[in-house]
Amino acid sequence: MEPIIIEGTPKTPSIKFDAREGVFEIKGRSIPENSVEFYKPLNEWLDQYMQVPLDKTVVNIRLEYFNTSSSKCILDVFKRLESIHRSKHDVEINWFYEEDDEDMLEAGEDYDSIIKVPFKMIEIIE
Amino acid sequence: MSFDLENLVSDLDIRGAILYYKGNVESDTITRALDLVERKLLATREAPRLRKKVYNVLVESLQNLYHHSDRVPRGYHAARPDRFGLVVMEKIGSGYRVTTCNFVSGVRVKELEEKLTRINRSTPEEIKELYKDILNHQEITEKGLGGLGLLDIARKTGHRIDFRFKKYDNLNTAFRLTAVVAPL
Repeated sequence: MEPIIIEGTPKTPSIKFDAREGVFEIKGRSIPENSVEFYKPLNEWLDQYMQVPLDKTVVNIRLEYFNTSSSKCILDVFKRLESIHRSKHDVEINWFYEEDDEDMLEAGEDYDSIIKVPFKMIEIIE
Repeated sequence: MSFDLENLVSDLDIRGAILYYKGNVESDTITRALDLVERKLLATREAPRLRKKVYNVLVESLQNLYHHSDRVPRGYHAARPDRFGLVVMEKIGSGYRVTTCNFVSGVRVKELEEKLTRINRSTPEEIKELYKDILNHQEITEKGLGGLGLLDIARKTGHRIDFRFKKYDNLNTAFRLTAVVAPL
């Protein structure tokens, strides 16, 4: 499976999903007006990966900002990861948040309470 | 004198505002407004936590205008009839106030009023649970998720959302929404 790599813009995050390493990263800002359009190829890619996932998948989420329409699309990404986890494959989600950014920490905790995948909250100290 | 959306913000300090815009709210408009405000906030050396809250509230406020403004009433002067709105962002004391105005179809007023009243009567914990419930159970449309933007604003500010309606004619109502972000 070819990796999916997307450069970040002021409104959309950089994406690096690599099926050979089993490491996926979403980084930057996710505040587009039409989040569905942006996340559609990612979720389609994950639908393929779900067929033959690696034994371990690590997901790093390093978001500075995200809007409410992205929040649902990110949940859709996590639901696919949950499905991989349910099929007895290791999945680990690392949720990074900047020092003192309690809103971002809370957002990670929201997902942690909805999705049954091990979440790690990682504070970035500057 | 004929009605203008500006009439709804006559009590605000528009001249001293960090951001003032009236016109069509397109994706590029939002990008430019956010860029301008971010540069101004960085220049003030505001605490990162407050800066991020303000930025987030502004994103949701502007995107509310983008997704949920109804067409302007027939006869109202606007370059284009859709996605027309007004935004004012002011520094007030040690916090920030973000106000948006737009037209809504008269038939949406009751629903919007009930939604905002319910949010304002809810505790922070209830708002959090409602947010998670909508996030987990509602389908997203191209306009986003029903009311999640307003809940997010309420969550981020921790204050009640001030709102008011001004009937324009039998079919259209002008709507003003104000959120205050205060330092914690």
